Amino acid sequence: MICVSIVFAIFTGNLEAFTTSLFDGAKSAVEVSLYLLGIVSVWMGITRILEDSGLIYRIAHLFKPIICRLFKKIPGDHPSITAITLNVLANLFGLGNAATPLGIQAMQDLDSLNEDKGTITPEMMTFIVINTASIQLIPFSVIGILAGYGNSNPAAVVFPVLIATTISTLTALLVLAAFRRVFR
Amino acid sequence: MIKLFEYLSLLIIPLFILFTVLYGTCKKVRVYDSFVAGAKEGPAIILKIFPYLLTIFVAIKGFQASGAFDILRDAFYSVFAFLDIPIEVVSMAIIKPLSGSASTALFTDIVQTTGADSMATHMSAVIMGSAETTFYVLAVYLGAVGIKKTRYLVPVCLVADFIGILVAVVVARWFF
Repeated sequence: MICVSIVFAIFTGNLEAFTTSLFDGAKSAVEVSLYLLGIVSVWMGITRILEDSGLIYRIAHLFKPIICRLFKKIPGDHPSITAITLNVLANLFGLGNAATPLGIQAMQDLDSLNEDKGTITPEMMTFIVINTASIQLIPFSVIGILAGYGNSNPAAVVFPVLIATTISTLTALLVLAAFRRVFR
Repeated sequence: MIKLFEYLSLLIIPLFILFTVLYGTCKKVRVYDSFVAGAKEGPAIILKIFPYLLTIFVAIKGFQASGAFDILRDAFYSVFAFLDIPIEVVSMAIIKPLSGSASTALFTDIVQTTGADSMATHMSAVIMGSAETTFYVLAVYLGAVGIKKTRYLVPVCLVADFIGILVAVVVARWFF
């Protein structure tokens, strides 16, 4: 992708802008990492309390029937069930600040079940596909922007978004299932 | 109704943390020590994610600045001309999987330039609400566990994104 960009930059005469953009990208990577450092550490702390008090296993037990339907190879009461559940809930309620650290936690828990480290497992794929398809009940930030610029009925966007996100999440899982069948 | 829901979702995290701490205290967990011990793991994880994040961010910024983005957009625009999608929406469809901050900026720009009740605004709003910044999610989640062999995951995400955006466009046209 970088090579393609460089070739295009030479042809379109955007070389100066291209070079500046590289440093811009590096800068925002540092900013995002620092931001993540804070919230991930906070959630790691909270997760440790959940673990030490045993609450994490209770939540896992509670949501096992739902989660294990999608993730067949997770053993019962495994901590990853809790992390996945909390991540999905955080996504549903549009709590991006909480969803990312919980997702990182879920990936680490799923990796503890991984026999071939460095290679992705089917459970990780399902989890990532659900996350990239975005499942959100109400898009508050979008409604906020629409309302700010005088849209006649900002809340009207809720229902279409709900339908679109449901269909796209389902098709994403279907696409994954199709690829899985071909590349078995 | 929306306001109430927004209030409830603001309430979830504080309540969850309160409940966790209270539950831990009841179970005689040394809550403060546990929290500190857990938080100590944070920096190591971010250190693992950082190189992946850096690569993705630099590649995406370069891609936008080099003019390659505009050419890709024009190509998509001419191929999908028969669907009669405004060109702003095509930009949005390409930007949304790449960058969260850039798509928010673009969305605000679309609302300003085409008007708050235009079709382009409505379509972009549905895309904003129903799509995710795929490459950021991939970099962060795969980086966190150091996965290098992703097998067929990236094509699955790209195909799913493409279908998702078509769905968003169709649904938006149907409703507005």
